[in-house]
Amino acid sequence: MLLEKALSGALLAEERKEFERLLQSRPDIRAEWESVNSLQEVTSAMRFKKAPEETWDQYWAGVYSRMERGIAWLLISVGAVVLLALAAYEAVLSFVETPDIPLAVKLATGALVAGLAVLIVSIAREKWSMRKSDKYREVVR
Amino acid sequence: MNRYMKQAYYTALGFVGTHDDALDLSQEAFVRAYRAIGRFDVRKKFFTWYYRILRNLCLNALRDRKRREIPLGLTEDTGGGSSDGGEGAAALENKLDRDELHRKVWDALWKLDVEDRELIVARDILDTSYEMLAALMDCPVGTVMSRLYHARRRLKDVFTGRKA
Repeated sequence: MLLEKALSGALLAEERKEFERLLQSRPDIRAEWESVNSLQEVTSAMRFKKAPEETWDQYWAGVYSRMERGIAWLLISVGAVVLLALAAYEAVLSFVETPDIPLAVKLATGALVAGLAVLIVSIAREKWSMRKSDKYREVVR
Repeated sequence: MNRYMKQAYYTALGFVGTHDDALDLSQEAFVRAYRAIGRFDVRKKFFTWYYRILRNLCLNALRDRKRREIPLGLTEDTGGGSSDGGEGAAALENKLDRDELHRKVWDALWKLDVEDRELIVARDILDTSYEMLAALMDCPVGTVMSRLYHARRRLKDVFTGRKA
């Protein structure tokens, strides 16, 4: 901390004395600090190339169009889910009401669909509860 | 919000190193911040909160990159001095030397861990104060200074070829 503070030139009088004592007693630290200091002078003089001016003119338009697209995808997804659910409901109704299909096939199909639904709900619930309780969820591997 | 736009872009640029990625990620982070605005604690600074979203996005983007390429021509010299006028052979030569030095240091920065580069870029290139860094990293100023000095030592080692 003292060495970094010395780099920024913000040492107080007492800290400066301590810093100088340290450098006098430890030539290895002095040599290291001096080379770190030289490098810091270089990095402090570096600047990013300025972005073209039109970047700023169009910046928020880019953000808003992303938001619009997000809303569009949400609406499309909701519409698709509702339509698929209705289609599935109609398909099930027509399947159940068809007299040609034997009862055993209807029951087996019903069990298969119910099993898949339970499985999907179970996995989704597990993922959801893990996500809520995972204290490392913000950590990026 | 306009005051955050450039800060966001250049912060992202420090992470990912290319204009297109920096623009893309900083804009995406604003969209995500807007969507999650309900979780924002109004007693805290907006940019501190936004920074975490942006940082995670940038780290994910870096992780997804197949090659660890070093962006070229990212920095420019604004260091002042007699060569800035660009007149005279000596001044030009001086500037070329300095540009070459900056390029080498930039390459060394890209060989560091992203956490080390993040600190050095924020402090030295973007002129972020220690206090602001402490708020962004959610740690005391002393810890920031200590981490920064260690990052500088590692940069020196990479720059001088002690560590690849």
